[in-house]
Amino acid sequence: MMDEKKNVQAVGAPVRKKDAEALTTGKPVYTEDIAPKGCLCVKLMHSPHAHAMIEEIDVSRAQNAPGVACVVTYKDVPDVRFTQAGQTYPEFSPYDRLILDRHLRCVGDPVAIVAAQTERQAMAAMKLIRVKYRILPAILDPEEAIDNETLIHPEENWRALVPSCGADNRRNLIARGEDAEGDVEAELQASDIVIDRVYTTKANQQCMMETFRAFTRMDTYGRLEIVSSTQVPFHVRRIIATALDIPKSRVRVIKPRIGGGFGAKQTAICEQYPAIVTMKTGLPAMIVYTREESMTLSSPRHAMRMHVRLGAMKDGTIRAIDLHTLSNSGAYGEHGPTTVGLSGHKSIPIYTHNMKAFRFAWDVVYTNTMSAGAYRGYGATQGLFAVESAVNELAHALDMDPSMIREMNIVREGERMPAYYGEIAGSCAMDRCLARAKEMIGWDRKYPAHTMPDGHIRAVGMALAMQGSGISGVDTGAVMIRLGDDGIYNMAIGATDMGTGCDTILAQMAAQSLDCPVDNITVHGVDTDTSPYDCGSYASSTTYVTGMAVVKTCEELRGKITRVGAKLLGISPEDALFDGDCVREAEGERSVSLQEIANAHMTAGYEDISACVSSGSPISPPPFMAGCAEIDLDPLTGEVKLVDYVGVVDCGTVINPNLARVQTEGGIMQGIGMTLMECPTMDDRGRTVSNSFLQYKIPTRVDAPSVRVEFEPSYEKTGPFGAKSIGECVINTPAPAIADAVYNASGVRVRDLPITAEKILLGDRE
Amino acid sequence: MMEIRFKLNGRDVTAMAEADDSLYQVLRSLGISSVKCGCETTNCGLCTVHMDGKAVLSCSVPAPRCAGHEIVTLEGLQDEAKRLGACLADEGAEQCGFCAPGLMMNVLALAKENPGASDEEIDAYMAGNLCRCSGYMSQRRAVRRYLAMIAQEVSA
Repeated sequence: MMDEKKNVQAVGAPVRKKDAEALTTGKPVYTEDIAPKGCLCVKLMHSPHAHAMIEEIDVSRAQNAPGVACVVTYKDVPDVRFTQAGQTYPEFSPYDRLILDRHLRCVGDPVAIVAAQTERQAMAAMKLIRVKYRILPAILDPEEAIDNETLIHPEENWRALVPSCGADNRRNLIARGEDAEGDVEAELQASDIVIDRVYTTKANQQCMMETFRAFTRMDTYGRLEIVSSTQVPFHVRRIIATALDIPKSRVRVIKPRIGGGFGAKQTAICEQYPAIVTMKTGLPAMIVYTREESMTLSSPRHAMRMHVRLGAMKDGTIRAIDLHTLSNSGAYGEHGPTTVGLSGHKSIPIYTHNMKAFRFAWDVVYTNTMSAGAYRGYGATQGLFAVESAVNELAHALDMDPSMIREMNIVREGERMPAYYGEIAGSCAMDRCLARAKEMIGWDRKYPAHTMPDGHIRAVGMALAMQGSGISGVDTGAVMIRLGDDGIYNMAIGATDMGTGCDTILAQMAAQSLDCPVDNITVHGVDTDTSPYDCGSYASSTTYVTGMAVVKTCEELRGKITRVGAKLLGISPEDALFDGDCVREAEGERSVSLQEIANAHMTAGYEDISACVSSGSPISPPPFMAGCAEIDLDPLTGEVKLVDYVGVVDCGTVINPNLARVQTEGGIMQGIGMTLMECPTMDDRGRTVSNSFLQYKIPTRVDAPSVRVEFEPSYEKTGPFGAKSIGECVINTPAPAIADAVYNASGVRVRDLPITAEKILLGDRE
Repeated sequence: MMEIRFKLNGRDVTAMAEADDSLYQVLRSLGISSVKCGCETTNCGLCTVHMDGKAVLSCSVPAPRCAGHEIVTLEGLQDEAKRLGACLADEGAEQCGFCAPGLMMNVLALAKENPGASDEEIDAYMAGNLCRCSGYMSQRRAVRRYLAMIAQEVSA
């Protein structure tokens, strides 16, 4: 039987990241650092047009240029469509891409691939390629996409693997749908007040410091080995095998250390280009995206236009929410059908308490703009900007404190959330998060605004947020742990640490489960040949989904250790206890140490002691959060400075307080950037103008001098040690909270992000 | 191609470079893995190294200009890297780690120039070091921790 736990405190401890020393001493641990010497340099020639057909392409001079190993055009790639989206098969994202296509659908779409010995040679050769384009009319405005006479994907072999999402390439539609409960029109009619507003968000860039990159080579067995900075190694294996039209058994994907992802690397942006070069030449090849490429041909947030109708009574109770979201997926459908769902399913449920009806409908369209993808928050960020802003507008319309409105209406623990797939809020401390956030910012003293001696106005604003913990019934993580020499544990995971520290927190959970120090757990990941399957690190799934796999694996492993220990003691397993150090008689003095057990199983074919258990969850318990912003507005210029931001998070049990805090601070800062500075901009020909950090400004450390974070833990019964997710929820509150603070300071309501000085100064005071 | 001689982490080296190569490119070609490139526009600070004791962006130094000069990268400051790295690790501030070497080179320069820096001075000095993971707060706590550690050693 299993037995008393010793006093191991791995879970809940601020353990250092296992890779910390390598990262902070500059060791060669990232993709580019470990590429083989003499790797070909792969460069892409990009389309200058938003919508065009290649009439003629002549690469003969480029092919013969010095150092060039190969030039690839649409004539040289398999005519098999695939999606770059890293999702579980069958993907919701339509199969609408070729590695290279004659039909170019956005500025930047690759026209040709050039591989040469050096970057200089590749760039010089690219200038020798001659292309004749037939320019087609471009759709740049998502409002004009549906049923436009211009079709962005007219091709016959376009394929939607999940037709129920409403995709129709003959209408430029990637998804269309509706979810509802109750009679929303009747409830809006019966409401004393209806807030009817439209909010828009832009295609923000993740801006991880390490841009997209991968290298490929043929291994000893003639298989294609891909080393990639990716969040989804197993999906990359499938995507690249599909794109190259080769068996999946011929592809191996390895993930080294990753310089940030934030969802950007949940799409196979670049792996196919070196892959096809290696397939054609047999030589190792590497692509490293420039920052400009990462800003212009990548996988930004889906820009959305959200129409909210929110019905409430005079006392502030919210009866009904009706939301329609129009999402712009750009030239290809990556993550289009799925991101949009979160805009309603992870915003409306917050106001479940008095809600009588809701309706959430959506359209996702193709346009001739950069394809969108996954970005931390994944649609919830956009939806929460709309719904939380509408709730703040309701508070002003009723002349009520926005925190009062929320206290009255927010979902409570144990309530069923109709707009969240009917799931129950099994663990929810949102009320405590809200109360604590108010206290921390000094809400009751500061709301709504004060004029300072210098004439500036200080104001506060608030918002709530939720997310999920993995994708219900889909996401899967497996963990394998083997007992080795002298009682060490080797843990193999398929979850991908992208800097967040999941290697470490999963080791903390294993240590807690096996009653041993965290240092006794080694972590290995990810190599698709040897790691157990994991869908990858996205959808806030790792702590909750893969974490539960750790718990289950350890439970099975403990059973095996106990059994082998009992055998060595010559007793029945029922009479033995394992305390982390040794297996001993429950009633008696004799024991056998873990070292002896470990060493025994390496002798003469003694029993193997390893376990591999896979885990998934039928539900996706939401983490909750409250955020409050305090701003300083200069009424003469409209300039907004963030004075203070507080975030209080219910992520269930906090596994590692340091890493959870940094996740939260980092997410809040990205949210602040999205709200006040980051402005993806395109010209009237569809060219991305914001193509560097000079135009696309992300926060520096002087832009937000104070971000303060606390936790109000609940206990999630279905999660490992009571944990839920944290990675994404934390980006969601700044936009609506700061927008309301700006309103409180200026009387101007900004409903389209980002909130700039111009919009405040030139906006109508309400 | 031209031959450039300079001192790298205390040793004399010779590198081949084109006239318009940057010091960053030369360092990578010499196998210096700690220097990273995060932009092409001198905004990110990832490629920060010390040139004659001063922090510079190696992407903005033309390779020929380093001839005869002394260049130090994190590889040449491993003892300091371990101590400062421990401060970062104790806050979880290194996260993905891609910006860490550049950040650390700048912190080490700050520690020499203004060891008693206030929070505002730390933020202002480090403003050119972008980080997208941490939100900067944990890095500030770590730098504070490191400067306090240094100060204690000096007074001891």
